[in-house]
Amino acid sequence: MKRRHLGKTLLSLLFVVICIVYMMPIAVVAYNSFKENGSINTDTFALPNEETFMGWENYVNGMTVGDYPFLKSVCYSFVITILSAGLILICTSMAAWYISRVDDLFSKVVYYLCVFSMIVPFQMVMFTLAKTANVTSLNTPWTIPVIYLGFGAGLAVFMFVGFVKGMPLAIEEAAAIDGCGPLRTFFSVVFPMLKPIFISVGVLEIMWVWNDYLLPYLVLDRTMYRTIPIHIQYLQGSYGHVDLGAVMALIMMSIAPIVVFYLTCQKYIVSGVMAGAVKG
Amino acid sequence: MKKQRSSAAVNSTLIRRPIQRMFPLFLLPTFAAFCIGFLWPFIHGIYLSFCKFTITSNAKWIGLDNYVKALQDPGFLHAFWYTALVAVVSLVIINLLAFAVAYALTRGIKGSNLFRGVFFMPNLIGGIVLGYIWSTIFDGFLSHYGTSIVLDSRFGFWGLMIMLCWQQIGYMMIIYIAGLQSVSEDMLEAAQIDGANGWHTLWHITIPTVMPSITICTFLSLTNGFKLFDQNLVLTGGQPFDFMANGTVIRKTEMLALNIYNTFYLNSKSRGVGQAKAVLFFILVATIALIQLRATHSKEVQQ
Repeated sequence: MKRRHLGKTLLSLLFVVICIVYMMPIAVVAYNSFKENGSINTDTFALPNEETFMGWENYVNGMTVGDYPFLKSVCYSFVITILSAGLILICTSMAAWYISRVDDLFSKVVYYLCVFSMIVPFQMVMFTLAKTANVTSLNTPWTIPVIYLGFGAGLAVFMFVGFVKGMPLAIEEAAAIDGCGPLRTFFSVVFPMLKPIFISVGVLEIMWVWNDYLLPYLVLDRTMYRTIPIHIQYLQGSYGHVDLGAVMALIMMSIAPIVVFYLTCQKYIVSGVMAGAVKG
Repeated sequence: MKKQRSSAAVNSTLIRRPIQRMFPLFLLPTFAAFCIGFLWPFIHGIYLSFCKFTITSNAKWIGLDNYVKALQDPGFLHAFWYTALVAVVSLVIINLLAFAVAYALTRGIKGSNLFRGVFFMPNLIGGIVLGYIWSTIFDGFLSHYGTSIVLDSRFGFWGLMIMLCWQQIGYMMIIYIAGLQSVSEDMLEAAQIDGANGWHTLWHITIPTVMPSITICTFLSLTNGFKLFDQNLVLTGGQPFDFMANGTVIRKTEMLALNIYNTFYLNSKSRGVGQAKAVLFFILVATIALIQLRATHSKEVQQ
């Protein structure tokens, strides 16, 4: 018994070491963000010393590095992510309820098309989608959520339908007998019951839209609108000509919202990711 | 039987009909967006793969020419084999490591929750930022030896591999942990009483029980590998390049998705070929998904 205890402690210690190593890449970027430009290239792994320490200067420079203001890309990232996730959640949950309760031929067709869309890689539609977005003038940060709703409907509808099918019909019948119309039944009776799956789908959509690069890159007018991934990819493209220290600071600032998001809703994120993984 | 039918009728007038009347409000918005964001681009994309075009309005039907050109493109074939290699090697490494970590973290050691959190975190960082972080690390390391990740395709391959492991181990670990928690204590205890050692229980009880998780993770890492784009673009962008005598370029570390992207946007004359490649890519990914569906289905029947 004692030997077993010792083994567990050793395993714990081993994992402490592994976790420290695992966090190294982020730690390296973190302390490089306080270093002076030249020393990042020559001594990437050295901690900042008196000579190379810059304080917060890199963070100030990061705001203006490249040919696009960083804060603007942060704003657009937030706008696009929040609007898209909100639109997807509202529209697909309503659609899923319609599909599973009405269950006629048309809704069956829509459902199977949605399932089908989940296995189509983005490269298959990227050129024609960008063209369609242009023609329908959905190519601004305020209208791109419609594109996200269209391309991301598959997974969301699939997950919502799976959940609604397991919900008891009796409650909705009771609501209907009490005189609720479909709208009221949905928003005051069904909606609250959807909460767990709502969070799961929400987490998946937020993570997808926030990190997505190629769709906004192809759809948006890049001289005017850039999201964080697009901005960072532009800086990478001009490698060697930009202030590396500022870029390191910028990377730290773009990871920060994700870390905050993760720490505040870790429980929901893990369960959301699980629900998305088992979709197959 | 009679009762069932009458309840269906009540259900129909109470629930079904009123909702059906609300079609424009409930289903139409999603369906319209779906047509704009997926259905029309998909159909149009299939049509364009049989055409020669630089922009959609000057498309001219040329039949299967694009497909022939795509399959004769050495760059595309190289990208296919390279992608398959990346997908299979990453599948094996990621799943072995993720299973090992999940197994160790379900032994009830102190701090498991914290360790899980640490392993899962990189998964939330998007491909572009992830690629930038790792290219900084790799170049910082390789510059001491006077080289860089874009100079040697072996560096590109293993660099990508390390990055994929870092990103995906935590994700797969979560799925494996869920599977491992469903292994019944009774069975493990019974095996112990019967004199089975650690390896025996792992091999004959634990692994068969978590088989569904193994299937999910295997296919997940396989499709992730095949669809990989962002990380590939940022880390090496396909470099180093091999310039052939006849003018074609083979980008040594370029994967399928990036190859399709480059065919579209590096040269606007080859867009038809790019669209044909995209259709082939779609068929490949869809085939993997269908095999996955069969695999998970047959497992369910067995249980």
